[in-house]
Amino acid sequence: MTHRATIDGNEAAARIAYLASEVVAIYPITPASPMGELADQWSAQGQKNLWGTVPDVIEMQSEGGAAGAVHGALQAGALTTTFTASQGLLLMLPNMYKIAGELTPGVIHIAARSLATHALSIFCDHSDIMSARGTGYAILMGNSVQEAHDMALVAHAATLRARVPFMNVFDGFRTSHEVSAIETLGAADVRALLDDKLVREHRSRALTPDQPIIRGTAQNPDVFFQAREAINPYYNATPGVVETVMDAFFAQTGRRYRLFDYVGAPDAERVVVVMGSAAGAAEEAVVRLCAEGDKVGLVKVRLYRPFSPAHLLAVLPKTVRTIGVLDRTKEPGAPGEPLYLDVMAAVSAAYSQGKTEFGCGLPRVVGGRFGLSSKEFTPAMVKGVFDELANAAPRHDFTVGIVDDVTGLSLPWDPSWSTEADETVRALFYGLGADGTVGANKNTIKIIGGDTDLFAQGYFVYDSKKSGAMTVSHLRFGPQRIEATYLIDRANFVACHQFQFTERIDVLGRAMKGATFLLNSPWSKDEVWAKLPERMQRQIRDLELKFYVIDAAKLAGEVGMGRRINTIMQTCFFALSGVLPRDVAIDRIRGAIEKTYGKRGKSVVRKNLAAVDSALDHLVQVDVPADEPLTGATISARVSHSAPEFVRTVTAPIMDTHGDSLPVSVMPVDGTFPVGTTRFEKRNVGHEIPVWDEDICVQCGKCVLACPHQTIRAKVFDTSLLAKAPEHFKTAKPRWKPLADQAYSLQVAPEDCTGCGLCVEVCPVKNKREVRLKAINMAPQAPLRDTERDNWSFFESLPETDRSLLNFGKVKDNQLLQPLFEFSGACSGCGETPYLGLVSQLFGDRMLIANATGCSSIYGGNLPTTPWTTNADGRGPTWSNSLFEDNAEFGLGMRVAVDKQQGYARELVAELSGLIGTDLSDALLGAEQSTEAEITAQRERVMQMRGVLATSVAKGSSNRVTDLLAVADQLVDKSVWIVGGDGWAYDIGFGGLDHVMASGKNVNILVLDTEVYSNTGGQMSKATPRAAVAKFAAGGKPTAKKDLGLLATSYGNVYVARIAMGANDKQTIAAMREAESYPGTSLIIAYSHCIAHGYDMRHGMAQQELAVKCGHWPLFRYDPRRTDKGLNPMKLDSKAPSIPVEKYAYNETRYTVLARAQPEHAKRLMAAAQQDVDARWQDYERLAKAK
Amino acid sequence: MSDSIQTTTAQVDLSTQYLGLDLKNPLVCSSSPLMENIDNIRQMEDAGASAVILHSLFEEQITLESHDLDHHLFHGTESHAEAMSYFPEMSGFGLGPERYLTHITAAKKAVDIPVIASLNCVSSGSWLEWATFAEEAGADALELNTYFLSTDAAVPGGRVEDMYATLIADVKQRVSIPVAMKLSPFFSSIPNVCQRLSDAGADGLVLFNRFYQPDFDLERLEVTPALTLSDPSTLLMRLHWVAIVYGHVSADLAVTGGVHDETGVLKSMMAGAKVAMMTSALLRHGVDHLTEVETRLRQWMVDHDYESIEMMQGSMSHRSVAEPAAFERANYMKVLRAGALTWGR
Repeated sequence: MTHRATIDGNEAAARIAYLASEVVAIYPITPASPMGELADQWSAQGQKNLWGTVPDVIEMQSEGGAAGAVHGALQAGALTTTFTASQGLLLMLPNMYKIAGELTPGVIHIAARSLATHALSIFCDHSDIMSARGTGYAILMGNSVQEAHDMALVAHAATLRARVPFMNVFDGFRTSHEVSAIETLGAADVRALLDDKLVREHRSRALTPDQPIIRGTAQNPDVFFQAREAINPYYNATPGVVETVMDAFFAQTGRRYRLFDYVGAPDAERVVVVMGSAAGAAEEAVVRLCAEGDKVGLVKVRLYRPFSPAHLLAVLPKTVRTIGVLDRTKEPGAPGEPLYLDVMAAVSAAYSQGKTEFGCGLPRVVGGRFGLSSKEFTPAMVKGVFDELANAAPRHDFTVGIVDDVTGLSLPWDPSWSTEADETVRALFYGLGADGTVGANKNTIKIIGGDTDLFAQGYFVYDSKKSGAMTVSHLRFGPQRIEATYLIDRANFVACHQFQFTERIDVLGRAMKGATFLLNSPWSKDEVWAKLPERMQRQIRDLELKFYVIDAAKLAGEVGMGRRINTIMQTCFFALSGVLPRDVAIDRIRGAIEKTYGKRGKSVVRKNLAAVDSALDHLVQVDVPADEPLTGATISARVSHSAPEFVRTVTAPIMDTHGDSLPVSVMPVDGTFPVGTTRFEKRNVGHEIPVWDEDICVQCGKCVLACPHQTIRAKVFDTSLLAKAPEHFKTAKPRWKPLADQAYSLQVAPEDCTGCGLCVEVCPVKNKREVRLKAINMAPQAPLRDTERDNWSFFESLPETDRSLLNFGKVKDNQLLQPLFEFSGACSGCGETPYLGLVSQLFGDRMLIANATGCSSIYGGNLPTTPWTTNADGRGPTWSNSLFEDNAEFGLGMRVAVDKQQGYARELVAELSGLIGTDLSDALLGAEQSTEAEITAQRERVMQMRGVLATSVAKGSSNRVTDLLAVADQLVDKSVWIVGGDGWAYDIGFGGLDHVMASGKNVNILVLDTEVYSNTGGQMSKATPRAAVAKFAAGGKPTAKKDLGLLATSYGNVYVARIAMGANDKQTIAAMREAESYPGTSLIIAYSHCIAHGYDMRHGMAQQELAVKCGHWPLFRYDPRRTDKGLNPMKLDSKAPSIPVEKYAYNETRYTVLARAQPEHAKRLMAAAQQDVDARWQDYERLAKAK
Repeated sequence: MSDSIQTTTAQVDLSTQYLGLDLKNPLVCSSSPLMENIDNIRQMEDAGASAVILHSLFEEQITLESHDLDHHLFHGTESHAEAMSYFPEMSGFGLGPERYLTHITAAKKAVDIPVIASLNCVSSGSWLEWATFAEEAGADALELNTYFLSTDAAVPGGRVEDMYATLIADVKQRVSIPVAMKLSPFFSSIPNVCQRLSDAGADGLVLFNRFYQPDFDLERLEVTPALTLSDPSTLLMRLHWVAIVYGHVSADLAVTGGVHDETGVLKSMMAGAKVAMMTSALLRHGVDHLTEVETRLRQWMVDHDYESIEMMQGSMSHRSVAEPAAFERANYMKVLRAGALTWGR
């Protein structure tokens, strides 16, 4: 019996992996994380595998750790699996060689993803798996969600027979995250394919003291080679084994796969070879071209390693004259990409051996690249390739899908060529992450894919910001199986869930003639037309769209859904699209609501059901004026003409979602981008912004310090400058005595603020006439936008406050320091970014930053715009991200380089003192640089020296002078910061962190501790506290949080501070300054509230205070310099716990979910967490009191 | 005093009937957080309680928790390609009444005295099916704790009364166990309200619940919730209204609030209550305080020649007064006069 399910590729693979395994070692990495999450969830729920036992799922500290655990588990006889992608796979390579070398059956399920090169990318290509092709693992490729499921079973079955370990690969995102209706394999199918005898044989080879063996010896030149060759028969047999398994699979399921599957004309002259999801687009193109009489074909590669030339040759038509091999990877410097080389070798070797029967003798084989980092790959592009193959001398080493105007390798294609079937409903939805659009669409797919005979597919595109993020959902439904593996380009239904998109985005750019357009509009059917931009009015009229509106935001508010318009818009989709009869559709939505929200309580179900009714009552069609002139506004340029050229020509198109159209020539060749670009984006995502009450403000600066997006700024300036101030620009008398005759202003950047409200919560001032008001209060943004935009513009034009007048140790003075980190794409209310803003205020003009991969590298370095910026002198933090695991070492490398160059510069200064002048060279070499004033003085000396040397160079001086000029700036001390989250510091990067701390080098390590892997969606790290629920710890973390700070103090010569801005901002500033001034390694662990904690982040700072009060987060500073003064280096900065831990913890969903779901278990864990806190406080007190 | 009719403390009959339940005495432990622990309930039985009212299952709390959880599980999801969600999918969240129902069953299993479930609700929404669940879980009776705090000037008092009457009628339709309603004292005409509710089907009326009174924190300029324990003076208003209502409604009456010792119990009975409920005294003195109250109650009855509780129930009510309104006015005048004398000194 056939079972259907609507699931994504990750779940499709994980279901089989779980059934077929006893041990699952996991570690999160995008886009493979959901496989581990599902396995952990199923294990926590007690789901059993094929043999009736619940698999053990263990989270490791890295993919390297996971691979080691897999290796060990396999050696000890367990059926073992893991999941990974990209850099994770690279970390597994050493073990993979071992596992394969020892002929150990096992499967790694891989959502293929780009490797980081000039940039990180979370999206898909095959650079990761191609890097593993030499390990000895077999590589099996599933090209769709269905195939990811099916090949998972083939892999698990074949590995046991072949003894060769397998990678079950499918494309990241395109397959791993595509939601599709597939036919699922039941336990009986898996049972039929997995031979227990082979399982027992695997166990019999395991290490056991009852029959001891030794494996993993060291071998010498005399035998290593022969031993390595002894494995050959197994690899020779593997293709046959896979073929046998595929036959058995066919017999069991009726779904036929071969090592290489051919589709197209039997007498094809042009054939494309491809593997992965691209095969879907390619097959559509081939089918269409064949129907038009073209003699073309497609080879879909399934078993890539071991590569079987015989099987490939067997499927290639004898008529083929030209073969185009498409690789989804780039191997710079190679004569061709890997798949091309394999195909070329197979064809030419057979020809040279006289074994081919091709009519043309030796077909011409060319290779090309496509789809790097999930670049779209469409049937039109495939046609472009076939067109090229039709040329007498088709190009080799081509690219398709981009415009390469540098090396001219790209092939042209006709974007208007389409293979989309007429009977397929193609729907596009433009929404916000916060409005629930994607969730509703996934639900829609499940409704259609699960309850009808229709096929359904959904793919979702997200932008790179974590706040105010836009989502685009691409949904297809139809009576035929949907193989389209590309985005919808011709939609017959378009829904715009946010009215502001009508101006920002070309929402109707992909609408077909006669399509339905649904708009969530605050304007009525009679008002809306006049509110649309001219472009959209024209599109609606020219394309003869059926145009509907609904005020979903208002309705959602009325039924208690807040800004979640998802259910309302989903109902409208069903009402308009006709995919299902309206009544049936509404029934199904109701059922889906019960299923989705039932666990969250009846009242939640009720409000969603009310939303359904409300939607049906308020959906109306707009009468489109047929002949009236189009009066809508013209869309203005994204960035002003005064923006830098790069921003206008490169950044702006990316912001406008036109990045695909940028040619190669405009891209930096080495991944180097200008800083300070977030200021041009003006995202306007905050529904509310803070408004300053200058009459009651005490100018404490707490709001400036707490602002996660650095959108509240303060300046003190000469009152004469106010002459040009806008009418509504606010000022107050400065509360600094020396500055009292000047003006103080607190200004918000209205279009950059995300409206988190954190500033209001930290404001200590209450309006005595109305205590709900503070000195800063939230108000709707829209009515304030124009006024505040002018005010902000004027504010920006004001000079920064003279830093030499300020005491950096005071919170109040810090507000007047310019942040050199601003407007990041972090979550609204982020707990990490205030620390980064502060560091940039204090030391930004001399910082080098090594940033571990994670949230801070995404909001800190993800295109289109980045937040690190410069001051008026053009100085500012210089930033780079290497990897996740190596960040401490990466930063250490920076320090060593800076030190070395400074040392070299000093040598040259000494050597050239005669030329420089003894006084200046002595001053340069003897300068104290512990204060900002001293650093400024040294910069001036360097400038002076440059002047002297420039004169010398002009006269023709030695190379030594030129060398000194090249390194002269290193004479000014630099501040090296190593920044990352707890996943890096506590887990994957801990080894490196430990080594860097041991080195004693002058680096400042800032750990933004959210107590969870935030960037990948909230998986447990060793920083996760006991009793908190996280992914991979669904039953609450059973063990205590690792005390990284205490570990660091054990070195004795490391400066260590634990800080929490919300609890003690003064201590935070003091720790930052002490750490930076410490001439050795410093470690700051900063409590960072996070969206993954599950509470309103506007209360983040208050929650930090509770964390300290309850003792969960005791504040301390351990300064080895104090020892020199005969003092205890350990100084506790917080008082003994004064409230129970639960008083803090039970404000957060991560704790309360467990207390609700498993109250007794939660109680036990919370009691243990309290004991952790009590015991640790005693330890800290003892340390602080020791003499 | 005659030797021949001397009754011993053991012989006095403390039994009473409340909501159709035969209770061994009128000492009932009212709804409080103490009830969350089964051990406490056992102790109450051991100390002499004749019935317990479990802590309240709050409609608003569950609604609030549901919406809160839903919001936080949703917030930030499906917004970024790397993080589709931030919490693991769990098989259940323990929302809804399941835990409470389990608690009812556990309490019933632990003690022999009647266990009365308490639903704290403001409306007759669909959640009232929980009343059925409570019955199925084994509750001997239900107490509806109506805690509606109108802050809307547009809502007339009559509408609130209608709401309560509908509520009790709806619940009575759903369950076959007896149902009492716990009221606030803030009605323009308490006797009228009591009669309406009694007519609507209430088997008992519990006078009165105590609101959480907000306090002001002058340093932080914040409104802070406050709940103070009752003291014996709290009792007076209850006595007053029970005495007035007694005899005019078919529903049993109960006093809650301010019953701290045997005198409170005695006065409650004499006013016309079938039971006297205690919590603050137990929180203040411990559950064993009940034993002392019962002992002293018995002794008082012996000392004052009362053979049974039933003898005194309603004995000081206003039932026999020909014109209660006149009595009330006269009483008021008397108090004023006495006060003037006292304060005038």
